[in-house]
Amino acid sequence: MAQISLPKNSEVNKGKYFKDKTGSKNIRKVNVYRWDPSTEENPRIDTYEVDMDNCPSKVLDILNKIKNEIDPTLAYRRSCAHGVCGSCAMNMGGKNGLACTKPHAEIDGDIDIYPLPHLRVKRDLIGDLDGLYKQYQSIEPWLKNNSSKDTTEIFQSKEDRAKLDGAYECIMCACCSTSCPSYWWNGDKYLGPAVLLQAYRWIVDSRDDERKARLKKVADELKLYRCHTILNCTSACPKGLNPAKAIAEIKKMLATANV
Amino acid sequence: MSSYNIIDHEYDVVVLGAGGSGLRAAVGLSEAGLKTACISKVFPTRSHTSAAQGGISAALGNMGEDDWRWHMYDTVKGADWLGDQDSIEYLCKEAPKAVLELEKYGVPFSRTDEGKIYQRPFGGMTKNYGNGIVQRTCAAADRTGHAILHTLYGQALKHNTEFFIEYFALDLLMKDGECKGLIAWNLNDGTIHRFRAHTVIIATGGYGKVYYSATSAHTCTGDGNAMVLRAGLPLQDMEFVQFHPTGIYGHGTLISEGVRGEGGYLVNSKGERFMERYAPNAKDLASRDVVSRSMSIEINEGRGVGKDQDHVHLHLSHLDKSVIENRLPGITEAARLFANVDVTKEPIPVVPTVHYNMGGIPTNYKAEVLTVNGSEKTVPGLMAIGEAACVSVHGANRLGSNSLIDLVVFGRAAAKRAAELIKPGAPHEEIPETETQKCLDRFDKLRNAQGDNSTAELRLAMQKTMQSKCAVFRTEKNLEEGVNEIRKTYDGMDSISVKDRSLVFNTDLVETLEFDNLIRQAVTTVDSAYHRKESRGAHAREDYPNRDDKKFMQHTLAWCDGKDTKITYRPVHNSTLTNEVQYFPPQERVY
Repeated sequence: MAQISLPKNSEVNKGKYFKDKTGSKNIRKVNVYRWDPSTEENPRIDTYEVDMDNCPSKVLDILNKIKNEIDPTLAYRRSCAHGVCGSCAMNMGGKNGLACTKPHAEIDGDIDIYPLPHLRVKRDLIGDLDGLYKQYQSIEPWLKNNSSKDTTEIFQSKEDRAKLDGAYECIMCACCSTSCPSYWWNGDKYLGPAVLLQAYRWIVDSRDDERKARLKKVADELKLYRCHTILNCTSACPKGLNPAKAIAEIKKMLATANV
Repeated sequence: MSSYNIIDHEYDVVVLGAGGSGLRAAVGLSEAGLKTACISKVFPTRSHTSAAQGGISAALGNMGEDDWRWHMYDTVKGADWLGDQDSIEYLCKEAPKAVLELEKYGVPFSRTDEGKIYQRPFGGMTKNYGNGIVQRTCAAADRTGHAILHTLYGQALKHNTEFFIEYFALDLLMKDGECKGLIAWNLNDGTIHRFRAHTVIIATGGYGKVYYSATSAHTCTGDGNAMVLRAGLPLQDMEFVQFHPTGIYGHGTLISEGVRGEGGYLVNSKGERFMERYAPNAKDLASRDVVSRSMSIEINEGRGVGKDQDHVHLHLSHLDKSVIENRLPGITEAARLFANVDVTKEPIPVVPTVHYNMGGIPTNYKAEVLTVNGSEKTVPGLMAIGEAACVSVHGANRLGSNSLIDLVVFGRAAAKRAAELIKPGAPHEEIPETETQKCLDRFDKLRNAQGDNSTAELRLAMQKTMQSKCAVFRTEKNLEEGVNEIRKTYDGMDSISVKDRSLVFNTDLVETLEFDNLIRQAVTTVDSAYHRKESRGAHAREDYPNRDDKKFMQHTLAWCDGKDTKITYRPVHNSTLTNEVQYFPPQERVY
């Protein structure tokens, strides 16, 4: 009989328990995924009792409180703290989002915090997005325009510019791609919602001269058509964007245009 | 002695930082055929340029007549005559070209009916040398920084720039007063890397995090500034810290000046549009230092709103719904998330919040770093750009939307200058090992620090000191307390505690190194403020309420060795770059 064994480090153990030291009556339990590659140990879930009377409203505030006051060894990415840089994407209460915009009041019971799903973990809550960044590079995210005039802008009507709304705002946090079961299975070949939304952004830019070549490039069973309109991406996007619709638009363009 | 394995690299140029200025420089360097490395502690699109909202200034004249000379006048006046006018001329003259270049790179600017780049009014931007409001600030809705940063990253990818991402830079490598490279720590695998380079370009941004309440990101720790201080070089005009008038009360999130550009206005507890009293002409679109001071006065005199009467209201519910939807969608979201406010119905609670550092690494308009040793000299092998640099185009107060243009104009200038100075592939000199050892000893000492003071506690103490002793209004007494208090926090470093000894994504150590960087800048900031006994731009001394051009038409230069500082001055440049424009002599500054 075939033996199926779990890969090393895939079993998550129970970790340390940090009891509240403030004496607060308003405590929430926060369970955080921990893994340090420099030890031989398996990943674990550490539990922190956090005093909610002195904690602002977002999940990032909880993490900062843990790092500043309870356990400075906790590692996570963060920067702008207002939802524009995309650093603090993680899985909170079972849903992907930005820790800096996610109110902890929206999570019932204990608060479970994990890295973005299905990424190799670099440490604790820090996921490895290198693969996604390479895929982003593969769609050639720069304007290809053959005009040589330097003295004026390339004109673009308000209507044409409006086509970029809902696409250019993407902050590449990867909440969408890492919530997509298709991307979980075929993340090495399927471009995933984040990168396809970016591809779409350049395809519909009226200033770009390479629309057809761009469409052709993504017209691939694996790169594009692994999208099965599951719509987890749209549900996960912390910026309220709709990558699923952009993917559908690309499919529609390929079905109707002569590429 | 600490021992670490070192991985060596050789590049023509190393750019430190991958925000707007660093990326623009990297693109230009790659175009020029120079072997370039771009090192950043965060993935490029996470850089703080992404948070810039309102726009990028350039006298394109898309929305009525404009002239780069008017832009220059506004910038000189905004800077309260502390800017170097040769540099300001360069900035304003090059600005239209730089914006058109960004558009060609693909920045999704908002558009006018004719399909041109949309421009909005912004604080201090006027026509015909102060006579009326001009629309000069090019915008991509209220996400201009985000749009520019992502586009520049795309350009860097196009040019195959070599990135070293999530590398934390430790120190510059100096030899006989010249910069020869730098050392960085790779957070991904814990290795130490030594980069030899003919030129290092510092593009590490500002150090807003020395304050408690700032619009700045957690990562705005001015690492490059501190590396310069440790290399025995001065920082310039550090006392000039810009408070943005409209940070969300209690959270600090930026609300763009574009809101007032589009017609929003500030109101006190009596329902008055109080800016009419302080700036009868420009009103809510006076420059930022003026508006922030006016708000502080309203609050100090008891006309603030809220339970503690400690903030004011920014109204925009009277604006056309389509204006809010199309031009201010980002701040609509921010107000909902962080102030629980529906901007179409209610005002946003706002308070002046630390936003920008006019001061930084002194450079000329070619981005070459300057020092003073008898006379003004460049530091071979070292350049600085963006918020880290003090060119000085912003002088004592930066105008809104002059920051993004500064990034691209001087990012480009640095690449051009490096291409003139460096022959691609030229051999590298040996650097004495002592430099490497000095750097790693500091690193190792902090990594193994076993004291009693947590980094978070010390950082908080520093932030509270700066917030209370070096704020919008300053006095001798207050600053003196600040000078002493900040040194106590500095002394706390002797017994700092780092709990994490590992090397892979040891963010405990990262934050400790960042704190070590911040505290040096806090010391230079408060010391520089203490010694400038006048009021100019963002530096408002209640005990010296007037500008003193006789004594202080000078840039402050501050050296800092530990907690010891040395302060000297160098004269503001009093000539323009060419005779296409005349020098603007100092005037009284009213809006």
